[in-house]
Amino acid sequence: MSTDTKTPTADEPEAGETPESKPNFMRLFGRYLTEANSVMVTIYSLLLAFLIGAILLIVSDEYTRSTFSYFFSRPQDAWYASRDLIVESYTALFEGAILNLSTLDRYAAGTAEFGDLLRPLSETLTYATPLIFTGLAVGLAFRAGLFNIGAQGQLIFGMMGALIIGFALDLPAVIHLPLAVIAGALAGAAFGAVPGVLKATTGAHEVISSIMLNNIAALFLVWAISTEFLHSETKTDLITKPVDESAVMPKLLSGLSESLRVNWALLIGIGAAVFTWWLLSRSTFGFRIRAVGFNEHASATAGMRIGSTYTTTMAVAGGLAGLAGAALSLGVGSAGITTNTALEYGFDGITVALLGRAKPGGIVAAALLFGALKAGALSAQPDVPVDISTLLQATIVLFIAAPALVKAILHLRTPRGGLVTLEAKGW
Amino acid sequence: MRLELKGLTKKFGSFTADDDIDLVVEPGQIHAVLGENGAGKSTLMNMLYGILAPTSGEILIDGEPVTFEGPGDAIAAGIGMVHQHFKLVGPFSVADNVQLGREHTQGLGVLSAKAARKAVLDVSEEYGLKLDPDAICEDLPVGVQQRVEIVKALSGPKTELLILDEPTAVLTPAEITELLQIMRNLAAAGTSILFISHKLKEVQAVADTVTVIRRGKVVAELEPTASEAEMASAMVGRAVTLQVDKTPAEPGEARLEIEGLTVVSDAGVKVLDGLELTVHSGEIVGLAGVEGNGQTELARSILGLIKPDEGRIAIDGKDVHGASPAHRIADGLGYIPEDRGRDGVITEFSVAENLVLNQYRDAPFARRGAVNAGAVRKRAVDSIAEFDIRTQSPEEPVSALSGGNAQKVIIAREFSRPRRLLVAAQPTRGVDVGASQFIHSRLVAERDTGTGVLLISSELDEIYALADRIAVIYNGRIVGEVAPDTPRAVIGRLMVGADIAGADDTAPAPDDADQTDEEANGGDR
Repeated sequence: MSTDTKTPTADEPEAGETPESKPNFMRLFGRYLTEANSVMVTIYSLLLAFLIGAILLIVSDEYTRSTFSYFFSRPQDAWYASRDLIVESYTALFEGAILNLSTLDRYAAGTAEFGDLLRPLSETLTYATPLIFTGLAVGLAFRAGLFNIGAQGQLIFGMMGALIIGFALDLPAVIHLPLAVIAGALAGAAFGAVPGVLKATTGAHEVISSIMLNNIAALFLVWAISTEFLHSETKTDLITKPVDESAVMPKLLSGLSESLRVNWALLIGIGAAVFTWWLLSRSTFGFRIRAVGFNEHASATAGMRIGSTYTTTMAVAGGLAGLAGAALSLGVGSAGITTNTALEYGFDGITVALLGRAKPGGIVAAALLFGALKAGALSAQPDVPVDISTLLQATIVLFIAAPALVKAILHLRTPRGGLVTLEAKGW
Repeated sequence: MRLELKGLTKKFGSFTADDDIDLVVEPGQIHAVLGENGAGKSTLMNMLYGILAPTSGEILIDGEPVTFEGPGDAIAAGIGMVHQHFKLVGPFSVADNVQLGREHTQGLGVLSAKAARKAVLDVSEEYGLKLDPDAICEDLPVGVQQRVEIVKALSGPKTELLILDEPTAVLTPAEITELLQIMRNLAAAGTSILFISHKLKEVQAVADTVTVIRRGKVVAELEPTASEAEMASAMVGRAVTLQVDKTPAEPGEARLEIEGLTVVSDAGVKVLDGLELTVHSGEIVGLAGVEGNGQTELARSILGLIKPDEGRIAIDGKDVHGASPAHRIADGLGYIPEDRGRDGVITEFSVAENLVLNQYRDAPFARRGAVNAGAVRKRAVDSIAEFDIRTQSPEEPVSALSGGNAQKVIIAREFSRPRRLLVAAQPTRGVDVGASQFIHSRLVAERDTGTGVLLISSELDEIYALADRIAVIYNGRIVGEVAPDTPRAVIGRLMVGADIAGADDTAPAPDDADQTDEEANGGDR
């Protein structure tokens, strides 16, 4: 079976853009829209996911459901109830994630600050930030043919590394903060390298070892928080000491409003995405990662060291996930981390990487989408069930992972290079 | 069953894998199909078993034309196949594997273990194939697993023709002896057998008639009494004479010295057995031999992908023990691997990327850790022009190229950097005539610049056309070094180990392995 991953179709509309061929361009564009290429499949997946989300909203809402019981006598009741429910729910998600319309009214009336307007976006970016790092951690490993399920554990170690430097040392902020961030990256890298070393030396499958290491990390965190070294001196519940003021990630928009939580970690995340892009597509190391990921036999014949490629790639991936941990313990968790601070960011990183097709730009976009869904869902509850966000995430990824399904539902044409399916070679 | 193939042809795009094959298998006959890897044997069997649809030609069973939509049709028509790579479910019992796909039930989908066991015992008794129906397949020795496959094939509704695809490739000499006996018994019981092989001794030992296929064509119909040399030369070809202009060699200092090289495979077989070989600068040494006699392991040992168990390899006078492949490549070892798609190119990578696959870290292609795209592209443009690589652009993935052009990418890569020694394994396999000639002339030009060239080829024509000295490999040893004007018959005899004193005790010669027969049987129970 062909494993072509290159689809030059994205360039196709431009190909027809000659001076005399305006209708021709429109035709090509129309063709592009009805073709199952990776861009359109992503867009259609989003639309289909929101459609399925709408159906489930209707089914799960008691009042709307009741209007369907007399559907045949008064169908308009069911129609209006469903319409209102969907509009309200999706509006609530939108307001929680991007722009709150009532705040906009208040701002226009002069009763709200400009900073209040940005609050939903700030929340979206806050939730997106760790996902950028963990998405990159999984995506980079994908390119070397490795399935890094261990981002959660690497994140937890990064969190602890940054935390320890953050409270144990007494330094000026210019040194303290970077040092804490680097400590997080190194702790994640060291933990991430373990499955790489195990695979290189003993052939142990990285999926198995990194799943187990996730458990080890999660349980280690529970124990570590309770130790005298880490445990908070003032609180009795399971929470660590806070990091020093000099190691806290400064908020990006504190000038506008103190309630805007988005911080410098976002910029580090974007920097990490640019770095990963450069690493993969421009560096000699990235050349080796991609070569080994595609064909380890030919890579070995060309003199590349396969085992060391696995180890180094996993270490770099672990470092990226460790940065997510640093972003958490120096950012939203700077008052002390609990067993809950890491949420599921590491596991969500797998979905983000899949959705972003293991490309840094795509991963940033996917992280923003997931961050928006998370922020929207949290702000819209209890009016909208919080599970709707998880459901949308899952449905989107389901469709993207099965382009043939989208193609069949919408009767799309097969693109020239064939359907692009996500490849997780680790399996 | 009488099976007849008439003008069977299979084309993949412009490549003709099988061209107008005629073949008749009489009832109860063992018909051997002999040919090198890539000659078109597997394609032929896949058509016969319904896996591939023929482009043209027809298959007749007992005079009636048949078409197979899939293996199910072939099985229903009475054809059973034992694949080279077994298709058994390891953790299942013998009985479960045999009934796989046509399970015995006692109604309502409930499996009947009793019926399944009985079916196995019936077949084993009928043909004298001893099997324990309750044994777990993955615990069985390879030879017994193969017996399970045979029983499975024979358990078809009315199997009368058995296809055995390279059945001896994975077997020990004792197991081979046993298999050949099983084949004789089956034939005596009226089953026709199509026996695919490239091992001459086995074919001689068991076949009633022999068809030799080369480059997709039937090139000879032989009696099993034909000499091995005759079979070998038919198999590796004599019809085409390749002409390469070359002057006499001027050998210089030794570029490759191999002493006592021994490699033991994971299965414990000595695939290289004290091999001795020297290649000098300015000469092409042709390594002739039937495939599977240690050529692959030799090439991989020279590159450093295999660590020898014993012996010494020196490149350019330096012992390379412990040197990584990257070191050896950097020190001037050129390497054309025999399996292009697996080891030679990364098909998803562009032509340009493949052209620098083993130099991407060297100047000018790398600058402070970054790939210098401009230099890579320039190299690609130059190489595409110099080596006449037919590609739309340097950015096109190699998967879009024909086999010949993909091979030219490898040749261009290896010839575009300083080299002292070149190991070229099957450099023209699956390559069209034009590209072959180009590659041959480049190899000679390479020699003339003073590089030592080790040409590993299973095509005798290629060896004759290029080699200044011919070494013959058999069972992991060099069994003769001869001048390039040595008659084919002599080399043919060397290739099958016929003239070598003491060669037979390690050869998988069916007649000599009787004493180990009992051990193999003992291991089954």
